[in-house]
Amino acid sequence: MSATAVHSLWTTAAEPITKIDSPQIEYSLIAPTLIVIGAAILGILVEAFVPRVARYYVQVFLSVVALVAAFAAVVALAAGGHGTTESGIVAMGALAVDGPALFLQGTILLSGLVAIFTFAERRLDPEAHGNRVDSFAAQAASVPGSESEQAAVRAGFTTTEVFPLALFAIGGMLVFPSANDLLTLFIALEVFSLPLYLMCALARRKRLMSQEAAVKYFLLGAFSSAFLLFGIALLYGYAGTVSYAGIADVVDGTVQNVNPALAGTMGNDALLLVGAALILMGLLFKVGAVPFHMWTPDVYQGAPTPVTGFMAAATKVAAFGALLRLLYVVLPGLRWDWRPVMWGVAIATMLLGAIVAITQTDIKRLLAYSSIAHAGFILAGVIATTPDGISSVLFYLGAYSFVTIGAFAVVTLVRDAGGEATHLSKWAGLGRRSPLVAAVFAVFLLAFAGIPLTSGFAGKFAVFKAAAEGGAGALVVVGVISSAIAAFFYIRVIVLMFFSEPKPEGPTVAVPSPLTMTAIGVGVAVTLVLGVAPQYFLDLANQASVFVR
Amino acid sequence: MENLIALLVAAPLLGAVVLLCGGRRLDRTGHWLGTLFALGSFVVGVVLFMDMLGRDADDRAMHQHLFSWIPVGGFQADVAFQLDQLSMTFVLLITGVGSLIHIYSIGYMEHDERRRRFFGYLNLFLAAMLILVIADNYLLLYVGWEGVGLASYLLIGFWQHKPSAATAAKKAFLVNRVGDMGLSIAIMLMFTTFGTFAFGDVLAATGETSEGKLTAIGLMLLLAACGKSAQVPLQSWLGDAMEGPTPVSALIHAATMVTAGVYLITRSGAIFNGAPDAQLAVVIVGAVTLLFGAIVGCAKDDIKKALAGSTMSQIGYMILAAGLGPIGYAFAIMHLVTHGFFKAGLFLGAGSVMHGMNDEVDMRKYGGLRKYMPVTFATFGLGYLAIIGFPGLSGFWSKDKIIEAAFAYDDGIRGWIFGGVALLGAGITAFYMTRVMLMTFFGEKRWQPDAEGHEPHPHESPKSMTIPMIVLAFGSVFAGGLFSLNESFVHWLEPVTSFEHPHPVISVPAITASTVVVLLIGVAIAWFMYGKRPVPVTAPRGSVLTRAARRDLLQDDFNHVVLVRGGEHLTRSLVYVDHTLVDGVVNGTAAGVGGLSGRLRKLQNGYARSYAVSMLGGTAVLVAATLLMRAV
Repeated sequence: MSATAVHSLWTTAAEPITKIDSPQIEYSLIAPTLIVIGAAILGILVEAFVPRVARYYVQVFLSVVALVAAFAAVVALAAGGHGTTESGIVAMGALAVDGPALFLQGTILLSGLVAIFTFAERRLDPEAHGNRVDSFAAQAASVPGSESEQAAVRAGFTTTEVFPLALFAIGGMLVFPSANDLLTLFIALEVFSLPLYLMCALARRKRLMSQEAAVKYFLLGAFSSAFLLFGIALLYGYAGTVSYAGIADVVDGTVQNVNPALAGTMGNDALLLVGAALILMGLLFKVGAVPFHMWTPDVYQGAPTPVTGFMAAATKVAAFGALLRLLYVVLPGLRWDWRPVMWGVAIATMLLGAIVAITQTDIKRLLAYSSIAHAGFILAGVIATTPDGISSVLFYLGAYSFVTIGAFAVVTLVRDAGGEATHLSKWAGLGRRSPLVAAVFAVFLLAFAGIPLTSGFAGKFAVFKAAAEGGAGALVVVGVISSAIAAFFYIRVIVLMFFSEPKPEGPTVAVPSPLTMTAIGVGVAVTLVLGVAPQYFLDLANQASVFVR
Repeated sequence: MENLIALLVAAPLLGAVVLLCGGRRLDRTGHWLGTLFALGSFVVGVVLFMDMLGRDADDRAMHQHLFSWIPVGGFQADVAFQLDQLSMTFVLLITGVGSLIHIYSIGYMEHDERRRRFFGYLNLFLAAMLILVIADNYLLLYVGWEGVGLASYLLIGFWQHKPSAATAAKKAFLVNRVGDMGLSIAIMLMFTTFGTFAFGDVLAATGETSEGKLTAIGLMLLLAACGKSAQVPLQSWLGDAMEGPTPVSALIHAATMVTAGVYLITRSGAIFNGAPDAQLAVVIVGAVTLLFGAIVGCAKDDIKKALAGSTMSQIGYMILAAGLGPIGYAFAIMHLVTHGFFKAGLFLGAGSVMHGMNDEVDMRKYGGLRKYMPVTFATFGLGYLAIIGFPGLSGFWSKDKIIEAAFAYDDGIRGWIFGGVALLGAGITAFYMTRVMLMTFFGEKRWQPDAEGHEPHPHESPKSMTIPMIVLAFGSVFAGGLFSLNESFVHWLEPVTSFEHPHPVISVPAITASTVVVLLIGVAIAWFMYGKRPVPVTAPRGSVLTRAARRDLLQDDFNHVVLVRGGEHLTRSLVYVDHTLVDGVVNGTAAGVGGLSGRLRKLQNGYARSYAVSMLGGTAVLVAATLLMRAV
């Protein structure tokens, strides 16, 4: 940077500001996000103005229409080449519209849509005072067991606010993987996290457990957000900008000492390393990687099961998307620093998730630990730092999210007097009583275990292949060992379902409405199609694997 | 004309399919159909032979490519046939003798209710054996190799209601597996060494290959030959294989299948020529088996088992000759063909005797049958003269040449040893065959009523049985002489096997003279023991050697002690290791992981504060590790 340029910057800053240009926003390119956020705001208005009787129907309709429309917008953008040749930075540098962003947005929207189906399910719980009810509390604000709660139940209230909340969360998730500066990243994180905290507290049964989960999630989430924000501050101090490309330029050494106010700190590697580590920590918290995973089992268990499924699928997709962009766009120059650390995290995540899952007795906690192990597998693909690594992670996320939502949807079906029967001992002999439900669940478990002809195998093969080619052979070995350990507890559930005697007072399998059936059916279909003929989708992920800078 | 080659295989294969899938409705006509398919194949063979004779010696090989079987990258396996002089010889032998034995079986199996199936199996055998000899690559040869093994198994155990037959079939199958392993390993070695299985490519490339590799391949091929051709140490199955119907013994276990090992070694001549150590092993195996079979043949009272010992011994001659290289290949094949005639004839004669004697096989209960079965006696007698090498008959021409070649192994002691063994074998052959002849057709009649009081009424067999015997007898008498006229057979094979004149350590007339002398001595001793003195109906105790020879020189005892017991001990130790070590490690790992899981689980105590602390600690580690990486 020449002296004259520095001088011109000085003089510009000193001149009085005469007018502010209105920001230039490419609305059509961020249409998916706008549609979802807009629908969420509409949803709040619906809560305010539409009579209680009609709210449920209006909200479900609004959500489904919004998600379908947003997905159509994503497809239209992808068809217009915005994922490949036309990709670019939009909204004054705040957002990137490129292949990975569109692919992940599409995945989030589809899994969100399927999750909305499970949210809208009203046939599983027995009718309360003649009113059909869903999985959510009658009135979230009332104290569990209090008079006001009972009154709300008697009145047939339902928390239809869950739909706009879910839309807000989805909106934030759409922004998260396409955020192109650190502030947008942070805002997106908060936009999707806060509704999730609320939704976790909404369980109709086991209300205390649900509220406990929400509080834990909120406290720990806030804690991690603070770290993330601190990391952002440090990186700003290091680079003098929050823009991804700007930081990357400083890391690469192509731009130095632009901002005289930060001359003392800019280019200080200590700031860069600590800041990067803290931002990584914030994202690793969201994906549930060890040692930031401890919220996962408690929250997954306490949250209403449809919300758990939604969180486990969509949050993971969004968070991994942001992680990929951060590592591949902002910090590629720092590869030799973060790779060894991420190695350690991935190994610990894979092993701990798989090992602790062995002794779990609750199906939701079991799936929570399974999701931790899967986070480790995906991290192996992230670490590959090759284009194949990106595409394999994209594919894995797509495959995994549908299996997860489907599996949690099956969990909502198996019930006894106290609601969902999540203790594993109650699942004994399920295959004899309800062969179809048990078989479907077995398909999901086999996909989790990565058995060939399921999407889990194709995904796991893709990430391990990418990791091995990216020079992370040892990681693959650990991954395969963890898969073997994990296979034990997945298969154990199958054995339990099909080869144990059913208990006399065992749970019953509720017959769901077509909504949940669709969710489960889509899960099975995607699992099998991606397992039997993965090539088309692998190619798709391959085409979508270039980040714009 | 090339396109006819596949027809050779197609005819009997179609026959097998029709007969085995056709069901009961073919019970009445099945044997005729089967015979027709065999004859059809023979006619095709003759047509091809005529065509081949009409060409120049160097232009006789024919080739037919049917389809690409396994085209996978560098792994190319074709179904393609190659018909050269060597294959042609086998084709004529297999289809010719095969057709005769089909005809014979029409009479022999007349009263068997599963006759249709029997002919189906025979056709299957013909098809497999033809694939074996006309395949143009080792992999397809292996298909035929396994196919004849299957047919042999099915036919040995054809009378499966007899436990002895079922056991014998299983034994043959198991012992053959050992040899088959040798062949499959040899083929794998070929693929890694040459990158192909085709005869042309493999055999042409032997010049540039190290002797070590050729020796390894050669020894594996020898193992394969030992299994299929019942050579020491894999000889034990052949004696028991006589449990099969006699036409099977004649066709498969005398004339054709058991000679597949000789074909394999001769076909792979270029490999053995480049591996003298493997050749020496072949010669040793041949020499040992030659004596082994002959000694066993001396002690057996069961006519078929005596002949089986003889088969083993004669194949020993062929293997020995094949191991001698270019001086021996042609004679190995020539002896193979003449042996095909006289041994098939002898077996059919034995079958004819059994047919007339209520299926009695003990020669001590025969005696004086020449009066009752004149045709059988005459044909069997001619076969007998041929096998002992009576001057002028087939066996004389072929065996004498092998003895000469054995003496020419080298100029030193080995030539004397191998030549001496071959000469000694000729004497023993004369002894045991004379013994069979005398005990069966001469002396007093010794037959007795069976358990139900039926006294056998020896009678001549029907025409369908005697005609094949007569045809084979002609072969036994004239084939050898015909082949030796102007060395026509040697010159016929020369383009394929190459030929060098042997130079024995002693002069050829001396060898011929001593062969005749040894032969006469053998005959004389046999006459003194079995012709001059009456033959006891119950076998005397005999010397140690006799008793051992009756038990096939303790081959089964040896196998039992060394292989069966050894195998059992090995299995038990492996099971023990599996139970303690492997299971221990597996269960220990599982228990360890489970225990670890239980401990790690306790970290998840439910308190948000603990979780926050773990996050804080984790972040500290993350930051520290990142900084440390830069520092390092």
